[in-house]
Amino acid sequence: MTLAADAPKEAFRLSMLIYDTRYRSYTIQVAVLVLLLLFMGWITDNTIKNLAERGKDISFNFLWQRAGYDIDQQLIPYTNDSTHGRAAVIGILNTLVVAIFGCLFATVIGVVAGVLRLSKNWLVARIMTVYVEVFRNVPVVLWIIVASVFLTETQPQPRDYKVTDEMIAAGESPKAEMLFGAFAITGRSTNMPAPLLTRPLPTVEIATVPVSLSLLAFLAVVIGSVMVNSRYLAKVKAEQEATGLRPTTWWKSLLILFGPSIALLVAMGLHLDYPALKGFNFQGGISVSHAFSALLVALSLYTGAFIAENVRGGIQAISRGQSEAAFALGLRPGRAMKLVILPQALRVIIPPLISQYLNLTKNTSLGIAVGYLDLRGTLGGITMNQTGREMECMLLMMGIYLVISLIVSSVMNAYNNAVKLKER
Amino acid sequence: MSVASPNGSFVRTEMLSPEAPPLAERGLVKWVRENLFSSVLNTILTLAGLAFVIYAIASALPWFLNGVWNAKDLKECRAIITASAGPEATGACWALIRERWHQFLFGFYPADLYWRPVLALGLLLISLAPLLYYGLRRANVMLVGIVSVATLIALALLDHDITHLLLFAAVFAALSALASVAPKRLIWLTLVFPLLAFFLLWGGSVWGPVGVAAGFVILALVYRLTKIALGVVVATGVGVVAAAVWWLMLQTSVTTALHALMPVGIPPVSSDQFGGFLLAFVIGVTAIGASLPIGILLALGRRSDMMLIKTLCVGFIEFVRGVPLITVLFTATLLLGYFLPPQSNFDVVLRVIILVTFFSAAYLAEVIRGGLAALPKGQSEAADALGLDYWQAQRLIIMPQALKVSIPGIVSSFIGLFKDTTLVAFVGLMDPLKGVTTIVRADVAWKGIYWEPYIFVGVIFFAVCFGMSRYSMYLEQKLKTDHR
Repeated sequence: MTLAADAPKEAFRLSMLIYDTRYRSYTIQVAVLVLLLLFMGWITDNTIKNLAERGKDISFNFLWQRAGYDIDQQLIPYTNDSTHGRAAVIGILNTLVVAIFGCLFATVIGVVAGVLRLSKNWLVARIMTVYVEVFRNVPVVLWIIVASVFLTETQPQPRDYKVTDEMIAAGESPKAEMLFGAFAITGRSTNMPAPLLTRPLPTVEIATVPVSLSLLAFLAVVIGSVMVNSRYLAKVKAEQEATGLRPTTWWKSLLILFGPSIALLVAMGLHLDYPALKGFNFQGGISVSHAFSALLVALSLYTGAFIAENVRGGIQAISRGQSEAAFALGLRPGRAMKLVILPQALRVIIPPLISQYLNLTKNTSLGIAVGYLDLRGTLGGITMNQTGREMECMLLMMGIYLVISLIVSSVMNAYNNAVKLKER
Repeated sequence: MSVASPNGSFVRTEMLSPEAPPLAERGLVKWVRENLFSSVLNTILTLAGLAFVIYAIASALPWFLNGVWNAKDLKECRAIITASAGPEATGACWALIRERWHQFLFGFYPADLYWRPVLALGLLLISLAPLLYYGLRRANVMLVGIVSVATLIALALLDHDITHLLLFAAVFAALSALASVAPKRLIWLTLVFPLLAFFLLWGGSVWGPVGVAAGFVILALVYRLTKIALGVVVATGVGVVAAAVWWLMLQTSVTTALHALMPVGIPPVSSDQFGGFLLAFVIGVTAIGASLPIGILLALGRRSDMMLIKTLCVGFIEFVRGVPLITVLFTATLLLGYFLPPQSNFDVVLRVIILVTFFSAAYLAEVIRGGLAALPKGQSEAADALGLDYWQAQRLIIMPQALKVSIPGIVSSFIGLFKDTTLVAFVGLMDPLKGVTTIVRADVAWKGIYWEPYIFVGVIFFAVCFGMSRYSMYLEQKLKTDHR
């Protein structure tokens, strides 16, 4: 009887470093490491020499120096006496505002267009196909420029809204009229009513950023009522499972959701401040710059077309048998969609949706086409040109974009894990 | 018809011919009822859609119909439109396109040399034929024939003298003949096309591209000679080293000497004269061609067992995917100067191409990784069991399947890359969208024009990108081997 013995121990030979798969990977990795270190050393050496030649050094002190330029859209107070660092923060906030609103609008547009593209209605399905194909196959810069040209060149000027006594006497109407008396799009900006409070809570300043306690209180109340509502719905569900009868919930739910926040707003005295034509331009209300609107509209429509394709693909990936089975169980189309199709389709839709959100966030840097002062416009634009510190500004800017991307993708991945099919 | 039986009951002996279905259940009416007005909601949607379409056509059609093709400036355009359609009418002024089309297509490329980019484009399409339809004789002949005729017509329109035209005709005839005799041989044109295109577009001495090609010949020769003695891996390494020695140390002196001996060449054109769609195609095609192999390597590296390689690939891919392209372009123009040896100053178009290639490679790597992940583990295990080494397994078993799965993603990456070539305008290059259009709109004669150039550029981008996406659908269909 023979037993399988261990293979005879071979003596280590030098050629085994290349020909033996057990050792080859170490050889390759060492070689790569050496090459990498040489490459890094070469680049560092070049950089030091180049910096010395131009009489520069690496220093981030400029972030605490006076910026000296104005930014027209600012979410936290900023003047041209503020520092470059604060200008960069304004830029980050401007980037984030476009990204958040863009993702929101693009999702709405994308879901509507994607569902309508599958509609049995021939005309609507064709219109949506044209929308998706046209927007997907043309560069987004073109859409940004077109949106900007549309807003600045074809909209009426503020003076066209002017109503003079002679015009009233002659019974003429002005060339342009405000929408619902509240909204006005002029060649300069979009004007809309602003919510104001007559009895606001005080504002506290945290690290030179003023924080409105009224807003915080409102948010707290909204979050609180959503939480109470979900507790209430859980209780109702338990009751339904115990007795088989579901109590009427809709008006109680609405009351819990909206009652407290409306009460708070009334208590603080909410009213709207309407924009009105004074002198040469509209005063009051909120004035949104066209750079912002053009970027937002173009990015939403462009990304919306991609999301529409994802949504369509996701719904089509669910086999017909699923919806037929749902109908066979007696579910109505709406509930079949909500309970059977969507939970499965979401799993297919969400991963590509994450990358669309990331694309939109990165595409906000194309605000350069319309002069929108986002992170690239402030830190990577005016600050870089003024201080001449390309290296520091570029590295900082890339780092910040990287962090934003990582945050977006980790948040969305967490959501994806929550809705993912739970497998063994 | 029927027979009356003795007890008075009737028995039908013939079938009735079938009635035509009711009017509402056939033809156009049925289609309209089912597809447009099947429910209240659908009726509302149809009416809204109809209203939208009518509104869009009613507001845009007169503008297109009143278009003027023949005018020397915007004022004259407006005057012609007012004269023909009334004072309130608006119309397009296509005369701008007629006057400036060459700038949109070629930038500031010298006008008497337009035949070079046109010829390069024709050869590009022909050298794509074996890649797009490998070994399909009919498709190859069709494509090569159509492209040859179109290119010759374009060259003739650029009014060239007859000897040149005859020469081009001979070249294209030879290529068409090759396509019909041995369609697979066309791949040789594909292999030399990069150098040929470089020579045609940038011009200069013929010896530069020949020198670069000689490097590849050296690589192949050294590999051939040493493969048996040293094995594949070492032989490749030795070949690369030999080629690198040639390129870095010997090539410049040899080509300079050859050029002094035999000055053969065509007039050089510098990169800053490139613009318009020529620039978009140069950047797009080069980056697309170069990023696919790099992307495959990165994807393989990311799945490698070797810790260091994997970490490097993951780090590179995630970093590049996390930053916007525009910061990468700014790196190309502003920072690359710091990273390279002092006083080394190479072409900005080349710098942009290199960084765009790496940018796109990171995205492709992720797409291909998805394809690799879709393959069952059994495939690579089976390849191992057959005794294939790593590269053989990748080349023969893994990649053909993984790439097939990832075709839609790869093509949409390519489309994205081609669209993103417009971003080079922000680092001072003349892309068709912003670079050229800004120059055109700055002209006094055309001040105040905005829609026409964007429509022109947008339509061309749409045609190219839409064509690519349709081709990917065809390819997906063709390579489908399952029976669903």
